[in-house]
Amino acid sequence: MASGAELTSKEYITHHLTNWSVGEGFWTWHVDTLGWSILMGLVFLISFRAVAKKANAGVPTKWQCAVEMVVEFVNDTVKSTFHGQSALIAPLALTIFVWVFLMNLLDLVPVDFIPYTAQMIGGAMGYDPHHVYMKVVPTTDLNMTIALALGVFILMIGYSIKIKGVGGFIKELTTQPFNTPWLYWFNFILEVVALLAKPLSLALRLFGNLYAGELIFILIALLGVWQLPLHFPWAMFHILVITLQAFIFMVLTVVYLSMAHEKH
Amino acid sequence: MEMVLGLKLIAVALLIGLGALGTAIGFGTLGGKFLESAARQPELAPSLQGKMFIVAGLIDAIAMIGVAIGLYMLFAM
Repeated sequence: MASGAELTSKEYITHHLTNWSVGEGFWTWHVDTLGWSILMGLVFLISFRAVAKKANAGVPTKWQCAVEMVVEFVNDTVKSTFHGQSALIAPLALTIFVWVFLMNLLDLVPVDFIPYTAQMIGGAMGYDPHHVYMKVVPTTDLNMTIALALGVFILMIGYSIKIKGVGGFIKELTTQPFNTPWLYWFNFILEVVALLAKPLSLALRLFGNLYAGELIFILIALLGVWQLPLHFPWAMFHILVITLQAFIFMVLTVVYLSMAHEKH
Repeated sequence: MEMVLGLKLIAVALLIGLGALGTAIGFGTLGGKFLESAARQPELAPSLQGKMFIVAGLIDAIAMIGVAIGLYMLFAM
């Protein structure tokens, strides 16, 4: 992997944890995060659309069955959790579930495969291989998870204002839990903290789980020959974590939007 | 310099350890309640299992945030 000095383990780890960033300050773009997330989005859209176009009610193909199972699963979850009327929620939930799941799935690709290929390509193109960074899993980038949570947050506030009106929304923030005008400011502080905690916890939960998972893969990869018996059980456990985190993100999104739709 | 490094290691250990403590107690209680209610009403077991995973994800969250911050401090700072 190195063309010169020995690679220390700390360098190996920090190399695998660095994003390919272009630009500086506020205008840094994490090109690898953007690229892989857009690629996974396209995989989702193209494969699901292909099934929708060629849907055959009589004799479904295997891929059509799989897609139908996923859609039915999301449909059942949304129906049991969402207590309002909206045409946006179910497609939103499906998008969140499948997109986050696909992005998380990239974590199961062996640690060195894609970064090493990127280094080879970078070396062939004239760049110094040591400074070619490629972090494959978009959801291990805090920017990605916060972007997803920010979208949900904007929808939450948007729907709250649309259903309850700006006045009703402010009223809800200032009259819960103590309904006296003396404590409106206190209620407001509590409610704003609770309101902000929702998207923040969504983002950090997904980021924390995926970052820790990837880091453990990297640490196991440092063990030389002993990585073989360790990678397999961890990868198996990680399959559960991936699906669970995508599911939880979706369920919490639906729950928060359902709470935004209800008026007391 | 070694002092800072030593303190960093202790900080990471506290972050991960205390988070794990709370999560373990939470999961134990959650699992116990689930088994109890499944034993009382076996027909509700599948629906309760789904809800159990949802709550499990919520319990996991803060501990995982702690683990991520700890590992970040350890390796990338």
